[in-house]
Amino acid sequence: MGLLTNLKDSISRVTDGLFAADEPKRIGIYGPPNAGKTTLANRIARDWTGDAVGPESHIPHETRRARRKENVEIERNGRKVTIDIVDTPGVTTKVDYKEFLDHDMDKDDAVRRSREATEGVAEAMHWLREDVDGVIYVLDSTTDPFTQVNTMLIGIIESQGLPALILANKTDLPGSDVQQIANAFPQHETIPLSALEGENMDEVYTKIAEYFG
Amino acid sequence: MPGPTPNVGGGGSGPPGNGPSENSSDDSDGGVRIDMISGARMEGLTGMEKIRLILDGVRDGNIVILEEGLSPDEESKLIEVTMTEISPDDFTGIEIETYPKAETNDQSFLDKLMGRKSTQKLTVIGPANRIETLHKDENLISTLVSRR
Repeated sequence: MGLLTNLKDSISRVTDGLFAADEPKRIGIYGPPNAGKTTLANRIARDWTGDAVGPESHIPHETRRARRKENVEIERNGRKVTIDIVDTPGVTTKVDYKEFLDHDMDKDDAVRRSREATEGVAEAMHWLREDVDGVIYVLDSTTDPFTQVNTMLIGIIESQGLPALILANKTDLPGSDVQQIANAFPQHETIPLSALEGENMDEVYTKIAEYFG
Repeated sequence: MPGPTPNVGGGGSGPPGNGPSENSSDDSDGGVRIDMISGARMEGLTGMEKIRLILDGVRDGNIVILEEGLSPDEESKLIEVTMTEISPDDFTGIEIETYPKAETNDQSFLDKLMGRKSTQKLTVIGPANRIETLHKDENLISTLVSRR
């Protein structure tokens, strides 16, 4: 029974892909908190539509709802790709409101923020299972990529059969180590960039067109 | 100083809801309880029953060790359900560790065709406010477990 269900799902995924070729692909921007997901989403949106997606912040869990920017048309090498960018909250397995108290918040604000963050992470996981066609996985290249959340999320993305582009962000910062990310996920291509400074975005757009076009 | 008290789940003979956390809860002396759940025990459970078994134990303050881990889909749902249960000053979430996934050569052709991957990986799960990973590599997970 499970075999037939899996076979049906596999066939359905292939046929859906064939018949929906002209529909915008929903590309989820995933990664741990503070990796620069919203900075990247804003960079892509501003470069191709002139608008931003949402506010950026150094405080973790600034993005607490998945936000979508629709119909972003990216042209690369004569090829046009239309995507909906879904900027998602940073995924984690724990949220403690006390961590926000260090960012000049009172307890009520911190509790509210943590509650919204947990709802956002749950929503992001739901999107990943049900509602995205591909994933841009953003990592902060100045931090250790060998975390359980990264391992689990990459495993979940792979199990869904979703195309995934891994971006090693924050290459403008001292201590950036792109190779460490490449070593952590050797089964995927790793593209370095600084979303904040706009460095290497040309290659990022070429890869977006290649992976999701 | 009392040491950890392992509670080895085995056999899979109990009903799904009868998790180890319901049997006893004995950290009243300040000890740390560890529930080691066999693959056989998990085998007959649905994904949601597995998640409930884990979270009920962790929310009681126990460390849960799964012999065979969870599938990626179950891990995704575990994160989602954990998020819905976090509440201020009560439950701040989970810490979870598994060995890094090795390249598996034991998949059958059919498994590869269907995208099925082995989920057999020892997994340690505990309350985020009590467990801290000190070191992890492909052969060792070292954690510090604090008392309440």
